[in-house]
Amino acid sequence: MSLYGPLWLSAQLAFVTTVILLLLGAPLAWWLAHTKTRAKPIVQAIVAMPIVLPPTVLGFYLLILLGPRGAVGGWWVSLTGNALTFSFTGLVIASCIYSLPFAVQPMQNAFEAVPRQTLERAWTLGATRLDAFFSVAVPLSVRGFISAAVLAFAHTLGEFGVVLMVGGNIPGETRMVSIAIYDHVETLNYGAAHQLSLVLLAFAFIVLLAMFALNQRWRRV
Amino acid sequence: MIALRHRVMKGDFTLDVDVEIPDTGVTGVFGESGSGKTTLLRCVAGLEGGGGLPVHKRNVGYVFQQPTLFRHLDVRGNIDFGARRARSQRIDQSQVLEMLGLGDLLGRYPDSLSGGEAQRVAIAAALMRSPDLVLMDEPLASLDRKRKDELLPYFDRLHDELSVPVVYVSHDIDEISRLCDHLVLLDDGKVIADGSLFDVLARIDIPLLAGRNAGVVLWAVPVDHEDGLTRFDIADGDIWVPGRFDVGGNPLRLRIGASDVSITRSRPEQSTILNVLRANIEELRKVDEATALVRLGVGNQDLLAQVTNRSIARLELKPGDRVFAQVKSVTVRR
Repeated sequence: MSLYGPLWLSAQLAFVTTVILLLLGAPLAWWLAHTKTRAKPIVQAIVAMPIVLPPTVLGFYLLILLGPRGAVGGWWVSLTGNALTFSFTGLVIASCIYSLPFAVQPMQNAFEAVPRQTLERAWTLGATRLDAFFSVAVPLSVRGFISAAVLAFAHTLGEFGVVLMVGGNIPGETRMVSIAIYDHVETLNYGAAHQLSLVLLAFAFIVLLAMFALNQRWRRV
Repeated sequence: MIALRHRVMKGDFTLDVDVEIPDTGVTGVFGESGSGKTTLLRCVAGLEGGGGLPVHKRNVGYVFQQPTLFRHLDVRGNIDFGARRARSQRIDQSQVLEMLGLGDLLGRYPDSLSGGEAQRVAIAAALMRSPDLVLMDEPLASLDRKRKDELLPYFDRLHDELSVPVVYVSHDIDEISRLCDHLVLLDDGKVIADGSLFDVLARIDIPLLAGRNAGVVLWAVPVDHEDGLTRFDIADGDIWVPGRFDVGGNPLRLRIGASDVSITRSRPEQSTILNVLRANIEELRKVDEATALVRLGVGNQDLLAQVTNRSIARLELKPGDRVFAQVKSVTVRR
């Protein structure tokens, strides 16, 4: 296994997670932005849990849920014959939950910022609800989508506790970059730890820089 | 005729409207704020829920008080939005662009438009749907005086050239007097009067049309100019108005507020007031402790005068009396 293998694996996990979260998170964010139900704070609290929950706690419950005897894991085993725990697929599911609030909240904020009257205008101009969502709400919320993608990707890329609990440390399958760095430090291989850490550091800075720079330019338009 | 039948309850407010409006021209809906004007328009457009056809299937154009254009599209994109979703293309698109003076704006984005320009784009977008009915919710109310004056001529053109019926909501009687042909008065969610603009404005039994709102609109033809004034011919006399208006054209609207009209028994010989018309007292009605409204017949048109009850008693004014109406000020609406 090469030095950068875990980095590549983490990038794959982050990418898949981000795509799924944008697709599934957008309807959830839309619902949260427009619902008048009294259950909204409960749903919001559940979505936001991963922000405050210690990753080991989240990982522990996910390990039980996704394990072969767990509700989701057992069903998966009966369906595919494989266990979800200690697999890439299991990590995708865990990451989606772990990074959910980082994708949903920016999209929800963006949707809430679209004036209701703008949507009403679209309807009166002949657009169906779905049409107005895609032709008006989504384009007006591009910044929210970019923020959601960046935060979900970066947050997944750096996850440690959940990965360790649910995925373990199988090279090429679940050995993510943060675990690899931890291993290198444990074995006093500071050189390798430095190389991987530096890549992540630079990545985090560049991505955030690009996002803030873009935000500033758009605000001026 | 178009029937507007809507009943909706919002908290302790109930809108209960059942009225027919003409299927041509501009119908004004006038009322105080909170009388349900906007709610009525939203009901017609289907924006208040309550079942019926979904909004996108009702072929109405809606012009909101705030233009709220689609910021991610340029002017062309905003205008095409409705056109692409229109079920018919009855409306002449190039005529609409020309009428609203949008030719030079097509490549601009909403954030770079003034409030008046944005409202013109919003109107064009609504018209591009080829709607059966256009609903306008105080489209001038968000603009300052200057922008309003810039935009009003476009509304005049729409009024003259558009074949689509328009419902125009406003709490500004001057706008209504200028732009509308038909008038519906709304008070606390109910229609209290409707009819032709001229007839409804001449009524003195409606509290909503007392005070500042009291006044009539006359049709008059400009006939000649003298000393910087234009002479307008009305059935039973002349009205002089400062300024030069095109002679020999169509009749124009003259708005004459009731507080600008006073009544004398004999023709005043030495007065700075130019316009003195022979009139018949047709109806008197007390408005409050101090004032009353008098409806005067001038030729075949009506004039309102706001006078004090004391003056009525002193001059012993009563229906049928032949008097003179002094008109202090006149505003020409096109």
